[in-house]
Amino acid sequence: MAIRERLSGNEAVATAMKQINPDVVAAFPITPSTEVPQYFSQFVANGSVDTEFVAVESEHSAMSACVGASAAGARVMTATSANGLALMWEILYIAASSRLPIVMPVINRALSAPINIHNDHSDSMGARDSGWIQLYSEDNQEAYDNIIQAIRIAEHKDVQLPVMVCMDGFIVSHAVENIELLETEKVKEFVGERELEDYLLNAERPVSMGPLDLPPHYFEHKRQQAEAMKNAKKVILEIAEEYEKLTGRKYGLFEEYKMEDAEVAIVVLNSTAGTAKEVVDELRENGVKAGLIKLRVFRPFPVDELKEALKDLKAVAVMDKADSFSAAGGPVFTEIRAALYDVEDRPEIVSYIYGLGGRDVRVDDIKKVYDDLKEIVETGKVESVYNYLGVKE
Amino acid sequence: MKDKKTPLGGNVSWKETTPGGIIYDAGNATRYKTGEWRSMKPVWNKDKCKQCMLCFPVCPDSSILVEDGKMTGIDYDHCKGCGVCVEACPFNVFDFVKEE
Ligand code: SF4
Ligand code: SF4
Repeated sequence: MAIRERLSGNEAVATAMKQINPDVVAAFPITPSTEVPQYFSQFVANGSVDTEFVAVESEHSAMSACVGASAAGARVMTATSANGLALMWEILYIAASSRLPIVMPVINRALSAPINIHNDHSDSMGARDSGWIQLYSEDNQEAYDNIIQAIRIAEHKDVQLPVMVCMDGFIVSHAVENIELLETEKVKEFVGERELEDYLLNAERPVSMGPLDLPPHYFEHKRQQAEAMKNAKKVILEIAEEYEKLTGRKYGLFEEYKMEDAEVAIVVLNSTAGTAKEVVDELRENGVKAGLIKLRVFRPFPVDELKEALKDLKAVAVMDKADSFSAAGGPVFTEIRAALYDVEDRPEIVSYIYGLGGRDVRVDDIKKVYDDLKEIVETGKVESVYNYLGVKE
Repeated sequence: MKDKKTPLGGNVSWKETTPGGIIYDAGNATRYKTGEWRSMKPVWNKDKCKQCMLCFPVCPDSSILVEDGKMTGIDYDHCKGCGVCVEACPFNVFDFVKEE
């Protein structure tokens, strides 16, 4: 029997970590993810886990300690937000390229400057090309479920890549909601033991890791890393299926909400999907064929699957809670727009950057996006491709 | 399991190489053929050689092979084709040709 609880997003994540009982957690506190290592260090102190908790002096050190421990053969986790993730930058790439299966909840928060502790996705979006798998979570339940699945995805022999599990700072991390937890034994059974063959403390076959890699081999290592990311798509789906058998909760690369006959749709990540579903329901009651796609997996990018899901629409809006400052739309937008390039009669597609630094996005804001889409369909004209939603003009 | 070798050399494909560049065997630098970088190549004409031994000490890569006090050839696995031996030889023994 599953356990019914009421937990904040951070509590849910820390609880998943407790049930996983990793060998090493190295972390440094930063709002809004501080509670994750805080709760976890309590679990360590009261003996409910036997994890080695490494209290480091910065996030650069946190990720460095994770790299060392993971290379040694440990199952390793950490957590961070915003500037903490930014300070890890150098080591994020080293973790991914060294093929170390570290799992890290990223509690999304705006990057400085100006200093802001509230939610947007500028932190994890900036790390989108670091070689980490990225899973996004709408609420505490999804964050919990994603963390447990992430361990298996990261450590799969065809993948061997680190995974970020993202959820919205404060909106999810500090909001208490109902949640269904698995029994600890079931979590332990599901995640099993780390079984990768090569690690530094393997006395059967000692290895060296992180060598100098000159032009004759570096490119091949990158190509192999790219293949691992490709493999991840299949592995993510297989593990989701196994997880569904255990919990009844279904996960894919993205969630399609009322998309069957939809003519207009928005693509969105994380908690905004909850608000947007409310809008879709209301529009549907009024006869508008509105749908929604909530991306769960942004890395690897489900390019073919998204193309298939979006191709029959008339107009799509992609909502980015981060500006890439490319002066040509948000990061998710540009990739989805590229995914649709091969579709013959492709839908119109527009970008909305919204919610930066924790600016609230309300039902009315999202309604406006659907109204714009309806207008595009009716007039056949796109007035503005690159839009900022909810900014004061 | 213990003797698993790190694939090295110019033709190792991305499918064969090790994840993240893991190295399985200690001292594998001896198997790394740095001569692959060479674009010019010295060719030793044995018959013209007077065995004066002036080429041997100037080679920066210890690639002039010597046995029993005699020059016996060039170690092409490590020769970089710098041409210093070609210049140093007082008897113009070496041809200096393009690496194919
Ligand atoms: S070309 Fe240069 S590296 Fe090659 S044998 Fe002569 S001196 Fe040595
Ligand atoms: S310098 Fe010329 S002659 Fe002297 S040993 Fe070398 S190749 Fe022979």
